[in-house]
Amino acid sequence: MTTVDVDPARTDPLADRIRSLVLPDRVHGSIYTDPDVYARELERIWYATWVYVGHASEVPEPNDYVRKTIGPQQVVMTRDKTGAIHVLHNRCSHRGNLVCDADRGNAGSFRCPYHGWTFANTGDLLGFPFNQGYGGSRARAELPGLGVVPRVESYRGFVFASLAVDGPTLREHLGAAAERLDRLCRLSPEGEVELTAGWVKHEVTANWKMLVENETDGYHPQFVHSSIFSISGSGIGALYSDKSTAVTRALGGGHTENDLSPEFRRLGVPMGWAGTPEAKIPDYVAAMRATYGSETADEIMINGSPHVMIFPNLFVAEIQLFQIQPLAVDRTVQHVTAIQFAGAPDLNRRLVTQCVGSVGPAGMLLADDAEMYERNQRGVAQRQPEWLDLTRGLHRERVDDDGHTIGTATDETSMRAMWRHYRELMT
Amino acid sequence: MTTAVTVDLREAEQFLYREARLADAFALEEWEALWTDDAVYHVPVDPDADPRTHMSIVFDNRGRIATRIKQLQTGRRHSQRPPSRLCRSVTNVEVLGADGGDTVVGSVVQVLESRDRGTTWWVGRVTHHLRRVDGELRMAAKTVVLVDADRALPTMSFLL
Repeated sequence: MTTVDVDPARTDPLADRIRSLVLPDRVHGSIYTDPDVYARELERIWYATWVYVGHASEVPEPNDYVRKTIGPQQVVMTRDKTGAIHVLHNRCSHRGNLVCDADRGNAGSFRCPYHGWTFANTGDLLGFPFNQGYGGSRARAELPGLGVVPRVESYRGFVFASLAVDGPTLREHLGAAAERLDRLCRLSPEGEVELTAGWVKHEVTANWKMLVENETDGYHPQFVHSSIFSISGSGIGALYSDKSTAVTRALGGGHTENDLSPEFRRLGVPMGWAGTPEAKIPDYVAAMRATYGSETADEIMINGSPHVMIFPNLFVAEIQLFQIQPLAVDRTVQHVTAIQFAGAPDLNRRLVTQCVGSVGPAGMLLADDAEMYERNQRGVAQRQPEWLDLTRGLHRERVDDDGHTIGTATDETSMRAMWRHYRELMT
Repeated sequence: MTTAVTVDLREAEQFLYREARLADAFALEEWEALWTDDAVYHVPVDPDADPRTHMSIVFDNRGRIATRIKQLQTGRRHSQRPPSRLCRSVTNVEVLGADGGDTVVGSVVQVLESRDRGTTWWVGRVTHHLRRVDGELRMAAKTVVLVDADRALPTMSFLL
């Protein structure tokens, strides 16, 4: 008889369970509903990996601040007087009160309303009233400041934070997804995106992973959005059909995209991807040609904007940017804004108008996506058949010249890649 | 430009009640017919922000109002399949003044929406710009400022 030595400290029943629930070609319904799985996601993903927090353009001036989130965590993104960006936990180090209640503003310090402790926008403790109770102002050196998120880095103005002290750099985390942000920024004649249009917040009764999967699911648009495609003459539906030359691509690190640029190139019209004729945005087109030269500018304007899901919470969908925020195992908020390009006021106005029509609680596209997440969440709570199928396009996956796995426009290559990464993080 | 008020309180109330009843009942064509050709339907996130440069929950010109109605009429607007069950009350109606030829009317709306998802209570202050066109009262603008407009809101794909 053989015996197996089990080191009790090394057993991890939840990891074993997750390994059995997330398979290469299917996932179990409970992965969306189990509170223990959700608790581990917070620890292993949301409070460990790089998470998108905000954009530098939201705090353009010294001492600007804006409240943001990392999953359920409330944080404040600040720019200090030297220009450096910090991400601070919104929690007084004295009694735990929220120190910042305005959504945004300009302030060099934050004063807790409860007992008047004051903190610099770097998180340092500045003062505490009646300081003799602590033996005088010199106690400042011993008393704690605000919780400071240990790692904050930005790429092209996109600010990410990690609650883990150690780990891969942001650049390593982004991998090939970084080039998609480059592609986005190139659409600005000044090479920069600005998030200045404000946010719509849309709450859904669904697990956050339903949203992540849907963002680069090219199979659903023809069905979920047929109502709007059929009456608006939108060409979006055709991009996600069996005839489409677009591809679904796994970028590594759980990041995925629907690369629609082959279709945009086939169309071959500058700004055709945005459905905006050149004549309507002459200033933008002129500025682009002045910056990049006619040939390159046209190439950029033909190729269009990316449709990329940067795991776990940043989704750039051509003209809009979504930030996914889980609040509970079955509650998620999708924050959305219209992307604005520096130096492109005529284009930007059109993008706001287009985006507002599409997204948010009343959006002609997103309201129906949200309905699918919520129906799915109710569905996976049912007992049979237990599993969700992920096999679409498995037999026709290929590897492209850059070594990325790709499928056709409607294949589930992106979901399989997301789950593979998820499994690694969670077990 | 401000000119004289041309709609009295009683007539304004009757119009608002009728509009509410048509929206609750998804009487889409009749509801759409209440708008003028240059109408604007606005549900802001921030009522002080310029809707041309800032996000709104709804910011429809007349063409987009028509698109919204047509989308509901396809029967494939999934977030309204089945339609929300709605009952709204319109209260606190006041004639606030005139704007050009339009009479500006303020009110409060409270909508109870029942869906599979659960029940949602939508409450906001409403401003109507009412105008007489060929003898009939029409809305040239309707703005609904929800109490919780800048918070996370569930799907709201009925006609508010």
